[in-house]
Amino acid sequence: MKTEKNRAEMIREISGVNPLKCMKCGKCSASCPSYNEMDIKPHQFVSYVINEDIEALANSTSLWKCLSCFACVERCPRDVKPGKLIDAARQIVVRERGQDYLTPDEIPELIDPETPQQLLVSAFRRYRR
Amino acid sequence: MKYSYFPGCTLKNKAQDLDHYARISAEALGFELEEISEWQCCGGVYPLGTDEIATKLASVRALNDAKEKGQELVTLCSACHHVIKRVNDDMKNVDDIRTRANNYMELDAPYEGETNVLHYLEVLRDVVGFDELKKKVTNPLTGKKIGAYYGCLLLRPGKLMSFDDPENPKIIEDFIRAIGAEPVIYPYRNECCGGYISLKEEDLSKEMCRKIEESASGFGADMLITACPLCMYNLNKNNGDNLPVYYFTELLAEALGLKEEVKEQ
Repeated sequence: MKTEKNRAEMIREISGVNPLKCMKCGKCSASCPSYNEMDIKPHQFVSYVINEDIEALANSTSLWKCLSCFACVERCPRDVKPGKLIDAARQIVVRERGQDYLTPDEIPELIDPETPQQLLVSAFRRYRR
Repeated sequence: MKYSYFPGCTLKNKAQDLDHYARISAEALGFELEEISEWQCCGGVYPLGTDEIATKLASVRALNDAKEKGQELVTLCSACHHVIKRVNDDMKNVDDIRTRANNYMELDAPYEGETNVLHYLEVLRDVVGFDELKKKVTNPLTGKKIGAYYGCLLLRPGKLMSFDDPENPKIIEDFIRAIGAEPVIYPYRNECCGGYISLKEEDLSKEMCRKIEESASGFGADMLITACPLCMYNLNKNNGDNLPVYYFTELLAEALGLKEEVKEQ
């Protein structure tokens, strides 16, 4: 079993981000188009990694609400890149067996005749190992 | 001028218009798109994890193919452009990714980010030139009020994509002027349409598209143009046909008097 410290280290490693650079200006959350949908907001996400409270992040709905639109990455004045941290947290979840957020069985229900291939490959890349 | 061209998965299927209109317009404008043989899907999203190598290799193969031909690589789909451009930056600047990708690929010579990646719009702006494009327009779209929809992937992260000012871009507006129409500048033009979220969170994407379309209509746009098949899909799905969405290449072909040609093919 990995400890919270291990998992926090993994997030730092996978993301390549140093969360300690954050000065808590909140610009990431102000920029986030999914802000209202997130239980842990982008600026809070950074603090959770610093505090090594990874279980809360792993269970957070925010992992599946992030759009990878890079608004937070673009606007962060400290180059903390919250979107990369969220992706790393998503990675440590889906890299564990049985934790995929999207499986092929679900696809027939989710598509329509116009669904572009791009949508499926993108969703699988983000939601599944 | 001949370029290596990476069409990507969707341009071979649901977004064939984006591809066809681009090819015939390129010919009319004096450049050629030579499709990379045996290209593989870019994956749609850039793998953000610094330890993700395998998911970046399709881009490296395409980039290396262009390098071996001594050509620049042109993309059209916003997602392919985003992924390939960022992987190229990794291969140029990130030692660990470059080393591991090359160890895996075992190429004749290591790939180190030599290929220049251009989006089709950048070719229009920087090689053809919007002034020259304007001279070649035979069927100007006079009177049309068009909103440029940039979305995320072409613009951000700004320093890395170096496509245009990520907060106040103008390349598509300049394009719209070149084809004789009037650009409509509206605040939501670089906001996200929801991207892949529309698969499992339809309502969330719907709300984002509604804001984009209300913003564009409110500022007087009759239509939107985009370079991204997924933006097109999300916007069309969620707008109740109030505001038509076109690929920029379709209007380009129309302005160049080539649109009927495609229909006959």
